[in-house]
Amino acid sequence: MPAKPLNMLWLQSGGCGGCTLSMLNAESPDVLTSFEGAGIHVLWHPSLSLETGQEVVDILRAIVDGEITLDILCLEGSVVRGPNKTGKFHMLAGTGEPMMNWIDKLSAKAEHVVAVGTCAAYGGITAGGGNPSDACGLQYDGEKEGGFLGKAFKAKSGMGVVNIAGCPTHPNWVTETLSQIAIGDFTQDSMDKLGRPRSYADQLVHHGCSRNEFYEFKASAEKPGDLGCMMENMGCVGTQAHADCNIRPWNGEGSCIRGGYACVNCTAPGFEEPGHTFTQTPKVGGIPVGLPTDMPKAWFVALASLSKAATPARLKKNAVVDHIEVAPTIHLKEKS
Amino acid sequence: MSRRIIGPFNRVEGDLEVQLDIENGQVNDAWVVSPMYRGFEQMLHGKNPMDAMSYVPRICGICSVAQSVAAAYAIADAQGVKMPKNGELATNLILANENMSDHLTHFYMFFMPDFTRDIYQSEPWYAKVKDRFTAVKGSAAKDMLPARAQFMHMMGMLAGKWPHTLSIQPGGTSRAITAVEKTRLLAILHQFRVFLEQTMFGDDLENVVSLSSTKQLEAWLDSDKHRQSDFGLFLQIAASLDLESMGRATDKFMSFGVYPVGGKRLFASGVWENGDVEPMNAEAIKEDISHSWMLHGAEPKHPREGVTIPDPDMKDGYTWCKAPRLAGDVVEVGAFARQVVSGQNLIADLVESSGGNVRNRIIGRLVELATVVLEMESWIKEIRPTEPFYHLTSMPDEAEGAGLMEAARGSLGHWLKVKNGRIINYQIIAPTTWNFSPRDSHGKLGALEQALLGAPIREGEDTPVSVQHIVRSFDPCMVCTVH
Repeated sequence: MPAKPLNMLWLQSGGCGGCTLSMLNAESPDVLTSFEGAGIHVLWHPSLSLETGQEVVDILRAIVDGEITLDILCLEGSVVRGPNKTGKFHMLAGTGEPMMNWIDKLSAKAEHVVAVGTCAAYGGITAGGGNPSDACGLQYDGEKEGGFLGKAFKAKSGMGVVNIAGCPTHPNWVTETLSQIAIGDFTQDSMDKLGRPRSYADQLVHHGCSRNEFYEFKASAEKPGDLGCMMENMGCVGTQAHADCNIRPWNGEGSCIRGGYACVNCTAPGFEEPGHTFTQTPKVGGIPVGLPTDMPKAWFVALASLSKAATPARLKKNAVVDHIEVAPTIHLKEKS
Repeated sequence: MSRRIIGPFNRVEGDLEVQLDIENGQVNDAWVVSPMYRGFEQMLHGKNPMDAMSYVPRICGICSVAQSVAAAYAIADAQGVKMPKNGELATNLILANENMSDHLTHFYMFFMPDFTRDIYQSEPWYAKVKDRFTAVKGSAAKDMLPARAQFMHMMGMLAGKWPHTLSIQPGGTSRAITAVEKTRLLAILHQFRVFLEQTMFGDDLENVVSLSSTKQLEAWLDSDKHRQSDFGLFLQIAASLDLESMGRATDKFMSFGVYPVGGKRLFASGVWENGDVEPMNAEAIKEDISHSWMLHGAEPKHPREGVTIPDPDMKDGYTWCKAPRLAGDVVEVGAFARQVVSGQNLIADLVESSGGNVRNRIIGRLVELATVVLEMESWIKEIRPTEPFYHLTSMPDEAEGAGLMEAARGSLGHWLKVKNGRIINYQIIAPTTWNFSPRDSHGKLGALEQALLGAPIREGEDTPVSVQHIVRSFDPCMVCTVH
């Protein structure tokens, strides 16, 4: 624990609050104990803190005036710039000022600036459709660097914005990244080129996928509930999505894929507009568009057709039903 | 008379501002402001209807499943399909898992911490409340958070994750469970029940739900074990601060009904007024936008015909929230309203004696928590693992549908219109849209605005504590309110 607790301020803007709610699911320890252990003092958080109304405005003003040190600024939700760059789509209650102005003033005072969730990082779902609220991320607008604070922005630490992307974020992506910052272990090298913590973004959702055998033999699911691999028909992009969702479970034992539905690559900029229906795999000439990460196309096509030819009957059957119908063969040492 | 602007109003979901005129030590007039707009209804325009299942849960991180269920019902209605029984049961379990977790979060983290304020330090219960409910540091949140997280392991199994699942579909659920997983669900549920019985109620859930009158509730509180529980502590606070006299709104209560099993819902739909329950007529819903930052059309419209064009410079506008009305009337929605409409014995007695108020809304929520957790056990047992959870469905090129259900915070409706296989209109009315609506063209105040009238203001308060109790008693969700 640092000698002096770090002051953390958490703000919410163009988002759903789901990253906070997900964080409340942190276990062993719970989120409050985790902050306490890491020496993180919650200066103010919209869901956790007592202060409301004038008391909050006083805290914000004191930070801007340099009377309170701000070690970590977390933003959850995108920066809402509309309409016509006025920021009127989110005026911070009680202040008569656009939230984007507060984000600007507070970021300038923060030792570390952290975007919690894909909205705050890249714009996220709030930037979907025609992006009616002109939402963007703190330092990215989709894949484009810059966003609200600009490409050149550095927090006082010298680092750019830390993008804990995810929709929502896994509770421990947040608690562990904040803890690393608190003990001084989080550096520029801890982030990938999109600013995501490499602790989880160096993994693919494919890693540890519970449907691996179906994937190996291209035994594909055809409808929700089917046990087969969801890459060919159901829109799953787990082989391309950066996250450790199938290594580190959600809510005890879950993940999107374990829940029977596609990975939609929610840690990536632009996931909100995949260019096709989320749960249908786009195909050209019957072949799914989008290759597993780092896989040469020719090899993938060759291996896929080979493994499809070799699919065991058991997998072919089980892929299109919602319960195991054919159990794996039992091998005994004694031949009867 | 002085106009006071209060915000940011926290421990509600999302951002909220309340403006008050204060006169003679009480609230004389009130305006409720929803200060953020994102535009989900606009985003969905032109999308494949099935994409609604990916977008709408992300309207709200605390009512995420409720949004999914409303969308699934609306699409199923448009498709003319019904879920198989297992799908219905699994959907109920996922929804109840969210709703009951929300009730827990509201009580422990959003509502109770207000009683730890210095203003109450001379109260006999203060020391205990301070120890238990102090924000961030109190012992109660540290008891509750692990219990809530473990309860939500049901989500891990049935929905993959929470929030923002795609396991709920118009044709059922995408995660069939096995016979042995039934036992795991029962075990998780039992563990949560133990928390409720030991910590929240200090009594068996069966006893809590069988309390059938105010008198019985008072007698229940005579037991030391009950008084020591968190619910018991709340009842003592409610009595000493007379929370029963605070925050009365319209006393017209609405519920769309929820948790269907084989054509019958656990909680009924209907509208309660003056002791009578009338059937719900969703055709009588219209949204007035005379005081919203929305481009004004002619007359208030049924959501099927609803239009959402934001305009922050609209004259008379003071919020992004529209003003839904039922046959022109303001209604209150939420757990208390739901139990009133369903005729739950204790709640029927409470509404009879003092209507909707701060105390009764909290009791309504906690009685519902006990009721639903008991029901969840039978839903799990009814699942037949060898039967289907999902029926394959298909979307007609042209269709209309409505999905009406109850989220933790009250009635949630989605109205969908499809043309050429694409969404041409999608309208949402969320629970807090009803409760925190602005005035309408007849000058009728929204439910919270009415509830705030007469709230007592203490000397020297800049963010009046009574206003905080009243606002939070509704368990508002602002990100749903304006989506």
